Amino acid sequence: MEIEKLLTERKTAISRKWFEQVTDTYPSDTSKFLKQQKDPFANPVGSTTMNSLQGVLDELLKKEPDKEKLVFLLDPVIRIRTVQAVFTPSQAVGFVFFLKQIVRENLKNECRDLQTLTALSAFEGKVDELALIAFNIYMECTKTILELKANHEKGKVYRAFSRAGLVEEIPDDGPELIR
Amino acid sequence: MNVKYMFSFMAVILLFLLAYAGVEAAGLQVVFGIIIPYTALAVFIMGFICRIMCWASSPVPFRIPTTCGQQKSLPWIKQSKLDCPDTNGGVVLRMILEVVFFRSLFRNLKLRVKEGGKFYYGLEIFLWVGALAFHYAFFTVALRHLRFFTEPVPFFIKILEQLDGFFQFGLPIVYLSGIVLLAAALYLCLRRMLSPQVNYISLAADYFPLFLIIGIALTGILMRYFAKTDVVAVKELTMGLATFHPTIPQGIGGLFYVHLFFVSVLLMYFPFSKLMHMGGVFLSPTRNMPCNTRAERHVNPWNYPVEVHSYEEYEDHFRELMIEAGLPVEKKE
Amino acid sequence: MSDLPKSDELFAGLDHKPQKKDWMDTPVNIRKGMYCYSANPASMETLGAPFARKWNPLEEDWKLPENWQEIIHNGFRERLDRFRTFKVFMDICVRCGACADKCHFFIGTGDPKNMPVLRAELLRSVYRNDFTTFGKLLGRVAGARPMTLDVLKEWWYYMFQCSECRRCSVFCPYGIDTAEITIMGRELLNLLGLNIDWIATPVSNCYKTGNHLGIQPHAFKDMLDFFVEDIEDITGVNTEPQYNKKGADILFITPSGDVFADPGTYTCMGYLILFKYLKDKYGLDVTWSTYASEGGNFGFFTSHETMKRLNAKMYAEAKRLGVKWILGGECGHMWRVISQYMNTLNGPADFLEEPVSPITGTKFENAKSTKMVHISEFTADLIRHGKLELDPARNDNLKVTFHDSCNPARGMGMFDEPRYVIQNTCNHFYEMPANTIRENTFCCGSGSGLNAGEDMELRMCGGLPRANAVKHVRDKFGVNMLACVCAIDRAAFPDLMNYWVPGVDVTGVTELVGNALILPGEKERDTDLRGEALPGMEEDDAE
Repeated sequence: MEIEKLLTERKTAISRKWFEQVTDTYPSDTSKFLKQQKDPFANPVGSTTMNSLQGVLDELLKKEPDKEKLVFLLDPVIRIRTVQAVFTPSQAVGFVFFLKQIVRENLKNECRDLQTLTALSAFEGKVDELALIAFNIYMECTKTILELKANHEKGKVYRAFSRAGLVEEIPDDGPELIR
Repeated sequence: MNVKYMFSFMAVILLFLLAYAGVEAAGLQVVFGIIIPYTALAVFIMGFICRIMCWASSPVPFRIPTTCGQQKSLPWIKQSKLDCPDTNGGVVLRMILEVVFFRSLFRNLKLRVKEGGKFYYGLEIFLWVGALAFHYAFFTVALRHLRFFTEPVPFFIKILEQLDGFFQFGLPIVYLSGIVLLAAALYLCLRRMLSPQVNYISLAADYFPLFLIIGIALTGILMRYFAKTDVVAVKELTMGLATFHPTIPQGIGGLFYVHLFFVSVLLMYFPFSKLMHMGGVFLSPTRNMPCNTRAERHVNPWNYPVEVHSYEEYEDHFRELMIEAGLPVEKKE
Repeated sequence: MSDLPKSDELFAGLDHKPQKKDWMDTPVNIRKGMYCYSANPASMETLGAPFARKWNPLEEDWKLPENWQEIIHNGFRERLDRFRTFKVFMDICVRCGACADKCHFFIGTGDPKNMPVLRAELLRSVYRNDFTTFGKLLGRVAGARPMTLDVLKEWWYYMFQCSECRRCSVFCPYGIDTAEITIMGRELLNLLGLNIDWIATPVSNCYKTGNHLGIQPHAFKDMLDFFVEDIEDITGVNTEPQYNKKGADILFITPSGDVFADPGTYTCMGYLILFKYLKDKYGLDVTWSTYASEGGNFGFFTSHETMKRLNAKMYAEAKRLGVKWILGGECGHMWRVISQYMNTLNGPADFLEEPVSPITGTKFENAKSTKMVHISEFTADLIRHGKLELDPARNDNLKVTFHDSCNPARGMGMFDEPRYVIQNTCNHFYEMPANTIRENTFCCGSGSGLNAGEDMELRMCGGLPRANAVKHVRDKFGVNMLACVCAIDRAAFPDLMNYWVPGVDVTGVTELVGNALILPGEKERDTDLRGEALPGMEEDDAE
């Protein structure tokens, strides 16, 4: 039996497990909230993560996953994890690899012949590619943040005023207006 | 094992043993039946008053109600009179809803639509229901106990007892309030232990009163339904307390003294703990003030003058630039 | 299969699953992107703030004064004696957890110390240790802990991760207001000179030049002149305003952000157009001031005293100019201060008259003591009385949603006035989901002086719940414009939208009015105030 077919049957369980492991990367009290609160507006992190992971898994299980679509699906969750300072960069994207272990665990009983093992490693290849996609998205997001920071500095018309001598600069040797 | 609730749990066990052994082994009925209850009541009353006085002694320098609805503004815009009251009457209503129905807590739950169009309430409803059940059951139980401190028993307490025992099952008839109190206290306690979020923010001081109240409810239920206590003797004791002629009648078991001791401890603990939210809720400036901050001036008793950068200083500093730009100035030179 | 390494084992070294520890045992970890730079000593000195010095939050040594614990202790006591709110809020929390998941910073960052109850516990734990019997006797068991350097750093880190939006206080059964606690926490930190620069420098500027940006009087006029030219290009009408005019009817004060920063500048153009219209049609006499050229008040984010010092300019200028009453522009915390503090701090304003709209005769009863009216209240009243000639079709390229800014929402109760204005100036208006608007509104994540550049990650996290709701209406209704009545929103949202919801722009409500309002004698407009082609005019452009 093809493993894609097997995995498709077990998709719900796998994506739930994956979601649980991903939310477990948060502090424990936070992760419970992320899992429990179902209102997407009260819990954007949880609901976005859930939707992203489900979508990504669906796509991965297709014969030829569409790379563009994977980017589109994975983007929201990476976008969130990029700015959440609780994560190092590897933690921000590393959750992709959880999928490998979950799938292996899931196929423990089926992985007896070489054919299935080959199929499994092919699937794992897809996960590796997904990780690279995740890395790309992460870098894109980081770049956006850096741009925003840079623009923030530049955008301060304040500076322009300052250059034009229109702004009252605070003198280095102490302001003259104190008491 | 969580240190926080273990500590509180052990403390309550210790209190139990103290009272039980004190009465059964050491024969300290007078201590546990008279001295401690009186002390507890005194501590409670004094402590409660002191606490309220202490809060009241700090002024309310600013009027900062939380506006949870449309303000009163233009006549054709509908004001939200309960959530943004601009009159004292409105504030009283808002406070009644808050104190009697826990309205803010109720906000927690929202009817939500799940995928597929199913409606559901979040888990939050249980906090509201649990809190309501707990407080009302406690209130009823406390009121019901007035039967032990009054002779003849006032009619409203008899009515309350009848209502409480409405379902007429068990012998003696089971009072709902006691069962609900125990169940609600257990629920709130389990919620604290098992919900990671609430567990994380909880302190030993949050578990202790819960365990104590569970202890009170349990000993009460035990006495009423299982280890039958001599009610006549108990009433003799309680009436003695109430009329300031304390006596220690014979034939009251240790369990009763444990029950009484738990209540005494709760009373003594009350003024020094978060249980003071009972009084504090009335003093919370974000709820008990009218949202008419722009219509009426609120006076700050300690408002003091501050140094400001006056217009004169400002103009002195920028006069030339202002004149050059054609801006009006006070002094032309 | 079994001897293949488990992927989560590989990550164990990176502590992917954090250990479960008590919050008091979790030391503060000040992370880049989540904090703002420390205050420039020169800015601190302008106001005579204590212990102005250079210090770096990331360094071990914060160069604190020797007796800093004593200063905090005494400061704490003083505030307990002065503020019933503080005393009551320190005592009555039962830690029910109702507020825990209501904070946008908690929802966005996932950091449990951003739960409002824990933010307050940071202070409460020290309060118990220093001021309560049980805390002194039982210490840790009673939830008390002594004030150490780590605790201080934790205070600083988390007091500047709260935008004082008051969302949690809506859900608290006792009305405990975390904003109030954060305000006290920041006051205490300021006693040790621990402010952030994004607050301290605007405060210093505002004190000296009248506005946060340090725009000098002539430059302020230059900027407005520049808008006047732009408006003349678009409408053919000269909207030249009046400055510092004695004897004018109304003094207009708006945050300086509207004068200098896009897209607030378009809102500012909206004000100019509205006032010109009212002047020509009804003879309304409004003046701007260069001295009181700041509606916002970053002093509010420093201490009550600093708030008072900056706010004093408003009444002082109204008195000097002899106006009848004051009209206030679109700003969030400015209106919290005006609505709940100004009259107490610097009133009574008995030299002013009870505000009456000279055009409609409407008495603004709700502002009869403070004598300051919100531009949305003013405009809504004009529209209601049919005094404005509007062409909402000019905003037809916009699908608008409205963000309730925290302070006008939960510190003032203004919900329907701006909505009424929007619905009369735009044909396409869509609400975000109910639990994200009105009193449940989510903060932009950058309020209370946190809209700096260096804490961009924090701002993105804090703004996530809001952005998520905007994304919903963008995807569902094609919303492309986020309207608000707050200058900080206008400064912060473009970044937020850029990151989370590309394709949605940000506008002030009065900009929409400026676009829709038909000025007497204007030429046919082919662009909106942003210079973008009006609906139906795109073809003309192509020709």
